[in-house]
Amino acid sequence: MQVMFPSTYKVQRFIKETHYTFTIELKSLESRNGFSFEPGQFNMIYIFGVGEIPISISGDPNKSGILVHTTRAVGTVTKQMAKLKKDDIVGIRGPFGKPWPVKEAIGNDVLLVAGGIGLAPLRPVIYHLLSNREYYGRIILLYGARTPQDILYRKELEKLRSRLDIDIIVTVDRAVKNWTGNVGVVTTLIPRAPFDPLNTIAMICGPEIMMRYTIVELIKRGLSKENIYVSMERNMKCGVGFCGHCQYGTEFVCKDGPVFNYKEIEHLFGKREI
Amino acid sequence: MESLEKILVQHPFVEGLPSEHISLIVGCAKNAVFEPGKYLFKENDEANNFYIIRSGKVAIEIYSPEVGSIIIQTLGEGDIIGWSWMVPPYQWRFDARAVELTRVIELDATCLRNKCESDPRLGYELMKRVANVFEQRINAMRLQLLDLYGRK
Ligand SMILES: Cc1cc2nc3c(=O)[nH]c(=O)nc-3n(C[C@H](O)[C@H](O)[C@H](O)COP(=O)(O)OP(=O)(O)OC[C@H]3O[C@@H](n4cnc5c(N)ncnc54)[C@H](O)[C@@H]3O)c2cc1C
Ligand code: FES
Repeated sequence: MQVMFPSTYKVQRFIKETHYTFTIELKSLESRNGFSFEPGQFNMIYIFGVGEIPISISGDPNKSGILVHTTRAVGTVTKQMAKLKKDDIVGIRGPFGKPWPVKEAIGNDVLLVAGGIGLAPLRPVIYHLLSNREYYGRIILLYGARTPQDILYRKELEKLRSRLDIDIIVTVDRAVKNWTGNVGVVTTLIPRAPFDPLNTIAMICGPEIMMRYTIVELIKRGLSKENIYVSMERNMKCGVGFCGHCQYGTEFVCKDGPVFNYKEIEHLFGKREI
Repeated sequence: MESLEKILVQHPFVEGLPSEHISLIVGCAKNAVFEPGKYLFKENDEANNFYIIRSGKVAIEIYSPEVGSIIIQTLGEGDIIGWSWMVPPYQWRFDARAVELTRVIELDATCLRNKCESDPRLGYELMKRVANVFEQRINAMRLQLLDLYGRK
């Protein structure tokens, strides 16, 4: 792979997930081999004539033939992406970045805490854990969304919920009458989630403010900082540590992250200006 | 009574209280069950009881004539419901409705208030515990208002 030159991929499927989010499934037009990645890694996606942005890979790391990205339309590039159709072409550079600590978590309970679109970068972790189920203790996913309509991968979550070897607890901020699930922010699920705090690796993904308050609750539950991992977002240009756009204190989010051990970035986390 | 005491001792809300205090609380307690859809209480009702949830799920709601009932929060096993029983004029400020079959320990508010008045150590302990829950709920509500999951 030439890191600065995108490879071309064709949109095979476009799935509307919620009002603002969509998933694209891509197939390479060039390489004969599939695309391999580790859970938590991201690609730079180039929408020709518009721009290039980092998006996490949200597919199954065991299925190398197809590349999956779930995106929320927020601005210039993502809104153009939302208009992609089958057979459209995009450029891909990647995979980049450090993955979630799925190897370090072997033998432990694994707690995933996701907020909003933050479920997308954690989805490959779920696939990985479930296909290597015997190596892990309890697996718990706590997921918070704004409203029931904003729940990502809803059908898939419902299906997963019927499995006995993963606990999935979903909560929404706002609910109307027919919702019989939990209401309240995702942090309210932590005090009674079924994990052993002394033997748990937590992986958190969502807006920074959500991660900040999640960490407070996890520490209250007795988790050590070393066992907490977060995924950071910063503006990116090169994706490989050349340009400095993603600098976070002394770290580069693109190559030292996006997944960081909380203990290592605690001094930077939540700072107003770095 | 003994079995109620056993149940109560295991609940996080009373965890660590000395046994004489637990006995005092048990004197005001009874078991209750609410079927799904049943209200534990409604806004403006007198706050005659205080609830400790053993199992199930309760929705805290506010009624608006334009929208109907709006769920603000759901509470479950290990949670307590309400502090209006502790603060004059002892009137509920919201509705509480069982979403699932819900088992609670129902505490008589007048009985509990009298015991707190005559035993300030118990009163202070309960006040600290209720204040702690109050702090957690207010934090959660602030985060809800912040729109935690990013821009619309
Ligand atoms: C490593 C990494 C992985 C990422 N993975 C994903 C992913 O899997 N799915 C996904 O949807 N996004 C992901 N993002 C975020 C994504 O890169 C940005 O949303 C995207 O760059 C916005 O580009 P844009 O041109 O559409 O918006 P711009 O035109 O650059 O921005 C438009 C407006 O939206 C705001 N904005 C930009 N990003 C966000 C955001 N994330 N949340 C709220 N407001 C924002 C900007 O501040 C600006 O006001 C990831 C980012 C990083 C660094
Ligand atoms: S994006 Fe260029 S250094 Fe990280």
